[in-house]
Order: sequence, then C-alpha cells, then structure tokens
Amino acid sequence: MRDEQAFIEYVQGGGQVEAGDWMPDDYRAKLLKFVEMHANSELMGVLPEREWILRAPTLQRKLALTAKVQDEVGHAQLIYRVAEDLGKPRDAMFADLISGKAKFHNVFHYPTKTWGDVGVIAWLVDAAAIISQKALLKCSYAPYARIMKKICWEESFHILHGRDVILAMVTGTPQQFELVQEALNRWWGPLMQFHGNPIPRDEDPMWFWRIKSQGNEEARQQFLDGYVPQILELGLEVPDPKLRKNEEGVWEYSEPDWAELKHVVTGHGPRTAERLAFRARFLEQEQWVRDALVAA
Amino acid sequence: MAASPTRQRRYELELLGLADDELIVGWRDSEWTGIAPMLEEDVAFSSIAQNEIGHARAVYELLGDDADALAFDRRPEEYRCAPLVQLHLLDWAHTIARRWLYEVADEIRISALRETLPLAAKIDREEQYHRMHAEMWHERLRDTAPFRAAVEELWPYALGVLPAEQRNALAARIGRPVVDAVERGEHVDGFTGLWEEMTTVRRSAPAGAQW
Amino acid sequence: MIWEVFRRGRAGAAFEHSGSVEAPDAEFAEAWAREQYGRRGESVALWLVPRDAVHVVDDWADEFDLKYRRVDGYSIKARLKEARSRVGSTERRS
Repeated sequence: MRDEQAFIEYVQGGGQVEAGDWMPDDYRAKLLKFVEMHANSELMGVLPEREWILRAPTLQRKLALTAKVQDEVGHAQLIYRVAEDLGKPRDAMFADLISGKAKFHNVFHYPTKTWGDVGVIAWLVDAAAIISQKALLKCSYAPYARIMKKICWEESFHILHGRDVILAMVTGTPQQFELVQEALNRWWGPLMQFHGNPIPRDEDPMWFWRIKSQGNEEARQQFLDGYVPQILELGLEVPDPKLRKNEEGVWEYSEPDWAELKHVVTGHGPRTAERLAFRARFLEQEQWVRDALVAA
Repeated sequence: MAASPTRQRRYELELLGLADDELIVGWRDSEWTGIAPMLEEDVAFSSIAQNEIGHARAVYELLGDDADALAFDRRPEEYRCAPLVQLHLLDWAHTIARRWLYEVADEIRISALRETLPLAAKIDREEQYHRMHAEMWHERLRDTAPFRAAVEELWPYALGVLPAEQRNALAARIGRPVVDAVERGEHVDGFTGLWEEMTTVRRSAPAGAQW
Repeated sequence: MIWEVFRRGRAGAAFEHSGSVEAPDAEFAEAWAREQYGRRGESVALWLVPRDAVHVVDDWADEFDLKYRRVDGYSIKARLKEARSRVGSTERRS
C-alpha cells in the first residue's frame, strides 16, 4: 500500500502501522518531530528535579524522587529508541537538542526554587503530561503507542508521590504551606501553556494523522477538570481570578501568554541555555566512554 | 561470653561506618541520575544508588529508632564514612573506578559480618548484581588511560574502607600492593558541602517536621 | 547493537516483545535490560535477542479460498435450525 489516500483512510479508520511499513513523507516527518520532542522533554525534564534528589529531607523522599527521575530517563530511552527506528540516530538527536534546532516542552525551561516546586512538579506537571501521554495510547504508529502503555503505567506512582509530598507540606507548618502556594503561583502560567494553544481539529496535523487522539484545548480542559478541585480542596489558591467553570461545564480562564510559550520553547527560557550547556558538558566529557564500549 | 560494653560499642560503630558508607556512596552515585554516559546505564546506575541508600536505611534501623535522624541529624564530624565515598567525582572514569573498588571491598567486609549480622546475607544478595555491573565496566575500561589513572588515584582511599586486617584480601583481589591507606576519621574537603546540601531542606523546618 | 527484549510477566505467561536496548554485548544488554524491564518486579524472565538474529516473516499468499480449514468457513445456523425443527414432527426420514 503506497497510496497516500489509502494510508490516510486507513489511519483515520483506526489502523496502525509498524516501523518497516511504507508511510507518506509528511507523516514520517511530523511523527519523527513529535517523537523527538517528546524524548528530548523527558531527558531535559530530569535536570530541574535532579538537584533536589541531593536535598531530599527524608530517606523515603530521596528514594522516591530518585526513582521518579530514573523513570524519566527510562522513558527517554524508550522514546529515543522509537525515533531511532524511524531513522534518526541518537547522536544526531542529541546534537540537534544541544544546538537548539530541536525543541522540548516549556515546563522544563523554568527554574526550581524550593522543595515546594518538587511537589508541584510531581503532582501537577506530571498530571498535565500524563493527559498528553494517554492521548497517544492509540497512536497510528504502533511502536509509539506500545511504549506509551509502559510509560503511563510507570507514571502512575509519580502523581501519587507528588500529591503525598504536597499533602505533607500543606498539613505541616505554615511556612511549608506557603512553600507550596508560592511554587503553585510560579508554575500556574507554564502549566496553562503546557498543552499548547488551541488548534481547530481540522487544522491539527496530529489529529489528521491520528498521532494524537485529543486536541490541545481538550487536554487542558481535562487537566482543569481533574486538578482544580484537588488544588482547592487543600485550601490552596489558583492564581487566576478569571478561572471558573461555566454553565456549559467548560473552564474559562485568563488567556495564557502564548508569546511567552513561543519565546520559551524556541530556546529562550530562564534556564534553557544553562541546562543545554550542562547536557553538552557531560556528553562531551563522556564521549570516550561510548567510544570505549563500541571498540571491540 | 557476653560482649563487653566496649566491644559492643566498637561493633556498633563499625556498623555505623558501614551504614554511613552506603548512605554517602549512594548519595554521590545518585548525582549521576540524568547525566550518565548512556541512557541505558543511567537507569541501571540509579538502581544501584537507590539500593545503597536502602542498605543504609536497613542498618540505621538496627542502630536506632529513627533512620532519618541518623541519616540527617548528626553533625558532619559525627559521620563515620570512609574518605573514598565522600569524594565528589563528577567524571565517569573516577566514578566507575570507585564503584568497582568499593564493591570488592564491600564484599570482603560483608562476608566478615555474616556471622554477627543477619542483614548481611540480604545485603550481599543484592550487592551480587552491583558486583556484576562493576566487573562488567572494569573489564571494558581496564585498558583505558582514564580508568587506570582513576584506580591508581583512588587505591589508597579504597584500602581505607576496610580495617587493616582485611586489606591484604582486597589487595589480592584488585591486584595491587597494600600501601598507606587514607584512613577513616578525617573527612575530605568536600564532605561539609555534601552535608550542607543533603540537609538544607530538612534543616529549613523545625526538628520533627513532616515532609 | 540493538537487542530486542522479550519479557515473561508472570509464571505461565508467554514471552512478549517489550522493546529494545542498544548495548555492545550480551553482558551490557543484560545489565541494562534488567533495570529497564525489571526494576519493579514486573518480569520473571527476559529473553534478549540481537535484532539481526530475528528472522522476520510478514507476508503470505492468500489467493485461493482455503476457508474449509478455518472456523469462519462454516455456517451451521440454518441447518441446525432445520434439524431442531424436525425433532418431534411427523415428517421423519426413514
């Protein structure tokens, strides 16, 4: 089947393809770019959390946070392998990440300032990510859909861990409660931008090719539905006075700063340069190790 | 014959040294999460770091009521870890050389403890995989300059992990002569920095605060 | 070298293809697959197979009607109904 129209009908009818199958060039290009960005995001997402591994205040939290970040590295491995089997070598993807040619999600360009951030990230940022990930479970590209199953299964403990960290603080001292509120105030903007600006379904290539089964706005609404009640029931405030669910059951909110989103993902976030440089430093430093492994 | 108080105390200090070693080497190793030479190794290495901390916790629980209090709430000078594990090694050659030297030393130490410490068998079973991993890397890198230089540099520190009477065994396994060891007692320069970072969040709330 | 990873999730289950790792040899592949596919106790066993060693079969000729040897080649509803309706009626074949 090397007929683009037949391919379109096939995937739009729920069909899936494998690594060796023929696919239209546009499909392959869009898919690879999406998968590569996802892999990069898992990898870069490690860095904001990593420093807090060394500062975790109990052995239990230390182990849980290390395990969570370990999962993210594992997810990066799974997703990079999918991209590699689509034809792009890992080295090339790392080079494009470092040079800024390839992108990663907005949330991983921001600083983490306190243990409150650790809780908010594991609870809410991971929740936003899982909603996106679930929308990939039926991806028309089967190898990607299959690893999403393992990823979603492993992520389930992240949110619980995050919520547990938050709960310990909001029921602890007033200062600990404040840490959470302050972190939430800083992360709310990036969280609302996370799923991307709304794209009409018939203009969304991710939907057209059935790579994603859910649009950006739908994902954001699902996030708000699930997590605003969880935030409010703890006595925390959402830093958006316009946020409310209207009579039709649709969440209304202050327009996210789409300019900020664009600015950040094109490589100008507060921590972008520093984190990419950190990555580059270790990649370079340990090239000899990879060379030694390949040498017979 | 009941152990005299001094002998019992010496034994507990030995166990505390073991626990502190596992805690600090696990802490140092956990820093590689996200930046190991390849993603696959990153995942495996992180498990090893978590295991080490798990071992520390298990031994602390034998020595006191609150493992967290022992792990976090002592002054830096009260920790009994060996200098080898305290070194801040942010390159792979040194990190993996330490891993290898430490596991070989640890096996000797754990074997000696088997009769008095039921936990030793459990720890040893998990450490078996650490040893496989360390040996795997040692075989691959043994002829490379960075690894050899690292082993050379860390050797006196490695000897310091073990009491004097166990050092010949270590020397035999590693294939190097016994030299003057860097002994336990005086912490290396970076240790206070490690302790400060390790305890910064914990110290930000009153003792007994929940996290 | 790419190693395909098959895992047996629990006793009695078949091995299932679960992903792949890139590793220079079987030892490294084992060390790495152990953690990537087993650190949560989710596997009782793994098979690690170099991708090159996998012999792929993915096409068949299906030109002629071979339904006679498949379940979907049989439709017995009509005849069964007929047979049941004859039980108890006077019209019997001798």
